[in-house]
Amino acid sequence: MDYFDPHIHMVSRITDDYETLAKMGCVGLSEPAFWAGFDRGTVDGFRDYFRQLTEVEPKRAAQYGIQHYCWLCINAKEAENVNLSREVIAMIPEFLDKPNVLGIGEIGLNKNTRNESIIFLEHLDLAAKYDQQILIHTPHLEDKYQGTRMILDMLTGDSRLDRSRVLVDHVEEHTVRHVLEEGFWAGMTLYPVTKCTPQRACDIIEMYGPERLMVNSAGDWGPSKPTAVPDFILEMRRRRHSEATIRRIVYENPLTFFSQSQSFRFRSRETEEVASKLG
Amino acid sequence: MSLPLTAAEVLSREFLEIRAKILEVAAAFDRLERSTGDVSEDPRIARLHEALKVASEPTEDRAEQVQLVFSRPYDETWQRAMKVLPR
Repeated sequence: MDYFDPHIHMVSRITDDYETLAKMGCVGLSEPAFWAGFDRGTVDGFRDYFRQLTEVEPKRAAQYGIQHYCWLCINAKEAENVNLSREVIAMIPEFLDKPNVLGIGEIGLNKNTRNESIIFLEHLDLAAKYDQQILIHTPHLEDKYQGTRMILDMLTGDSRLDRSRVLVDHVEEHTVRHVLEEGFWAGMTLYPVTKCTPQRACDIIEMYGPERLMVNSAGDWGPSKPTAVPDFILEMRRRRHSEATIRRIVYENPLTFFSQSQSFRFRSRETEEVASKLG
Repeated sequence: MSLPLTAAEVLSREFLEIRAKILEVAAAFDRLERSTGDVSEDPRIARLHEALKVASEPTEDRAEQVQLVFSRPYDETWQRAMKVLPR
């Protein structure tokens, strides 16, 4: 089955992973800007990272027929450096017109601090000013519930935002309802130990339905599985869910959400086939 | 959206997996007992025991309740406390 991974960090993966993803049915993906495993020291470090996301990765992906999109920000882990964060936010518009940039992300909270909240709000200002979609990271483990509620307070308090253009990621059993009830899209990250398993993601789909829900691998430099979305597809099939339901979650929902971005020019396999026949 | 499998099918499919997971938990508690030192006052131990209790309650939202056992509380006045002005 063709699928779209809405959240995966391919800068951290080897080229063989692109090949494996293509073999598993991945036709497109979106890559949010995130923490490199260490705090970067300069705005130029981020400028180079954004060039990698907008110039290098689309070419690597295209070798295997995968369409690559990305999101730009300074992540919450580095937001304690408020001065650097503001320099990065001021530099981001240099890249917003690149053809694979979908919006601002993954912004959010990490330890739910004041500085993280301030930088989160300044990213919202940026998104509102440039009419960008938003992809949001919610904290890990014991900080997730509190942080998700704080993020929702900031989002719902901002009348400039169109909630249907905001994706709140890494939801789990205790946060998904809050996100969906406020009218946002929600993403479940299939990540060993610290987030959601394919089985629990299926449970959440069964409890809440497929409306405004997606699944992603968040494959990165840590313990993670870039082919986690096919694991979810297999689990859904083992439970005898319809192909139409599965396709909606792993393909149609991401396309519906991302189509709201001015830069999203996704071409399905069918479109590509017709285009090649027409010459 | 309902689960297409019957309860009997779910049990047949998952019995061994659930059994294995319960054994892993029991063995982990045994391991803690066998280890030198005492962590009985560590608040994480209390949370583990509370989560086990929640998981055996006959409700339909055990997973959500277990998540909340392991979560920091949310304070709805946080914006005032942190002096973060909403947009």
